[in-house]
Amino acid sequence: MADKQPPIKENGKSEHQQDLSRRNFLKNTGLVAGGLVGGSLFGGLITGGLDKKDKQNGETENAHPNKEYEAFQARQFFTREHDFKLLIASTEQILPEDELGPGAIKLGVPYYIDKQLAGRWGINGHDYRQGPFVANLDKSDQTAGPGGEQSILDRGSLFLLGLRKMDEESQKRFSTPFDEASEEQQIEIMTDFEANNVKMQGVKASEFFILLKQATLEGAYSDPLYGGNVNMEGWKMKEFPGAQASYATYIEQDEFVKLDPISLRDYQGH
Amino acid sequence: MVKKLKKVDVVIVGSGWVGGIAAAELTKAGHKVVILERGKNKKQEDFIGTKDELRYSKRYDLMQELNKDTITSRNSMDKVAMPVRNNMNARLGNHTGGAGVHWNGLAFRWLPYDFEIYSKTVERYGKDKIPKESTMQDWGITYDELEPYFDKYEKTAAISGEESPLGPPRSDKYPLPPMKETPAIRLFTEATKNLGYHPYRIPSANASQTYTNPDGETINGCVYCAFCEEYGCDFGAKADPIITVLATAQKTGNLEIRNDSFVNSVSHDGKKAIGLVYTDTNTGEVFEQPADIVVLAGFVFTNTRLLLTSKIGQPYNPKTGQGIIGKNFTGHFSNLSTYIGARGFFENKKFNNFMGTGGLGATIDDFSGDYEDHTNLDFLHGYEVHYSQLGTRPIAHNSVPEGTPGWGKEFKKQSLKYFNRNLFITAQSGFLPNKNTYMDLDPTYKDALGNPLLRVTVTYAKQDIARAKAGVARCAEIMKAMGADTMNVDVVKDDTAFDHKFYTDHFFGGAIMGADPATSAVNTYSQMWDMDNLFVVGGSSFPHTGNYNPTVTIGAFAYRAAEGMITYLKEGGNLAYKKLEKNA
Repeated sequence: MADKQPPIKENGKSEHQQDLSRRNFLKNTGLVAGGLVGGSLFGGLITGGLDKKDKQNGETENAHPNKEYEAFQARQFFTREHDFKLLIASTEQILPEDELGPGAIKLGVPYYIDKQLAGRWGINGHDYRQGPFVANLDKSDQTAGPGGEQSILDRGSLFLLGLRKMDEESQKRFSTPFDEASEEQQIEIMTDFEANNVKMQGVKASEFFILLKQATLEGAYSDPLYGGNVNMEGWKMKEFPGAQASYATYIEQDEFVKLDPISLRDYQGH
Repeated sequence: MVKKLKKVDVVIVGSGWVGGIAAAELTKAGHKVVILERGKNKKQEDFIGTKDELRYSKRYDLMQELNKDTITSRNSMDKVAMPVRNNMNARLGNHTGGAGVHWNGLAFRWLPYDFEIYSKTVERYGKDKIPKESTMQDWGITYDELEPYFDKYEKTAAISGEESPLGPPRSDKYPLPPMKETPAIRLFTEATKNLGYHPYRIPSANASQTYTNPDGETINGCVYCAFCEEYGCDFGAKADPIITVLATAQKTGNLEIRNDSFVNSVSHDGKKAIGLVYTDTNTGEVFEQPADIVVLAGFVFTNTRLLLTSKIGQPYNPKTGQGIIGKNFTGHFSNLSTYIGARGFFENKKFNNFMGTGGLGATIDDFSGDYEDHTNLDFLHGYEVHYSQLGTRPIAHNSVPEGTPGWGKEFKKQSLKYFNRNLFITAQSGFLPNKNTYMDLDPTYKDALGNPLLRVTVTYAKQDIARAKAGVARCAEIMKAMGADTMNVDVVKDDTAFDHKFYTDHFFGGAIMGADPATSAVNTYSQMWDMDNLFVVGGSSFPHTGNYNPTVTIGAFAYRAAEGMITYLKEGGNLAYKKLEKNA
């Protein structure tokens, strides 16, 4: 898979030298590729204000497209900033920014996942949680547990374990934290997680990967009320018009209908 | 301490279609009815403005939470069953209206062949055609006997449709014409016609026009907003129990629905049911509600478990073949049926995939039931191929052509490109019962109140795999004819095993009906042979799975059961024998 990725352009190098990790993050997520996005995007969203001192070139002066969104974001679930950085890096690899539109970061996916893990879903509130739990399933039963259904671990724990395992792999293979590894290195590790080539305790790496992918897609495409799909950008990319009241006048016609999306906030009208 | 309540005429478990139909008919006849519903109180108002994919399709807001009660599952008798822990693998109805609230609305009648499957198979192919492991049997009723009840349900539920060119006789046309036709439906219709098949529009409970049913309840005309499956209807435009039968029953003043009431057992003296013992899940108090008639109108799992925990009837033993309760579990299993088929990708066509409604689509009956000659086929029963435009939603739908990575740049590019450039057709197949596929009580896992969970064992037979393969191949044939540039065709392997997904919500058996008490739990009025005043109604009474969605057939049997209950309250006795006496 890695060979399908276009090479990354190394622009803006000098501007980022004072903050190595941040520079690498930008590089790794491919967001500086082709100069599509300026560094200002990350000012608050990613580093959580930790590098406010890091004044950039002219791009930082531009109004941030997600300024309003950022103003309300802080971590509910992740206590270690580094874990959150791992989440940011891995979700952006699943849904990267490109010429078609924003990626996971800009869509607010990391904060979406953080909120979900802090709530009922993160503690498997609606799931049956009584033992005994079976960690090693028979081969024909393995489809029983996407996302580790039979695991004793709740989703919050699965995320922490999985992300840290990715980090551990990155340290082992490349002597660098996962979030600072190159795009190719990150993809290599994630591909091995997807293929279950990494051994984990209590859950399969592939099950964690399915959970991570599912949560990323949810964050990108759920109603903005959950903190992802910022400005309905995910829906716009996908040409999904959201919560429309009626398609009765369009349903029979042959032409494709392009409509401005409607969020539940708009739909419920209060 | 069990607190005994004042006796009522009828107490019912569950407020879905079956409980609702029974309640409507009984209360109209002047009987006092109490429904015990485990889920929350829901009104149509709860469904206004809830077009929220994450909440309803990914967090399963209307489904039974599994934290208090679930099932365990295994795919072979020599294994230890595991609990189904997550709604991702079990969408079971819950709350007022049950699964009838969040169904898609596909509204088929099952076939004459289904009800007399054993006799008709022997008649056409001889006894040897029936595989050794099969426990298929006649239902004890014919299509013609059931037809008036089909008609009644269709009129209650505003079914919109057109007659199938191959379908069985009908006493009347559908109450409403079919829904609007979309470009993708036209494509399916033309392609199947060109292949020599007989397409027609899927009958739907999404109303094509505003309609008032014979009970005086109004179902609004559908606006194709595409939030049906897993959702309550925003507009009261999909027939559900809340806006139809429960509303009818409530108007009489004879119905009380007690929500948050989890039924633990049927109390009985071995000959008669006394009532239902339930826990008020708001307070933890336990009550017994006595009644002249007790009706189990829960889902297959609820009905079967209540019979087993209440020690009513003889539990099925797969080793000896003796016993009946839990026998003939069947269903539309996700890796054999309903969710498998062919997905076509179109380079030069864009479809308004996000528009639609649950029952909007077209289908062919050419391979349903026994329409196809099975003489040279290695399976019995068939499959129904359909294109359904129920509306694609963005979290769930990220289909990409085979060979595309599942994430990353290429995935993003292709999943965005094809979101409105792909169509899916599916084959929903029948499943015949076998001696190793059944339900009993789990020896290990318990619910929140300490009752054993129901254990489901599902073993596929060779013919089930063969049928699924044939269905998928047919989907591919049709999708190709529809002009797809590339296709993803699902692969059914020879060793495909049950994958523990109870996702279709189409499951049957456990308290099957028949003409003979030796081989069935209930008669065709869903009345227990062993206990005259206990009616076990719904999918639990179906001896096998036909290839169509089941709701209309469940509704028809619910109307028949309700008629039986009213007769029983007047005259008592076993309704099957009564009928024989009358005929004699």
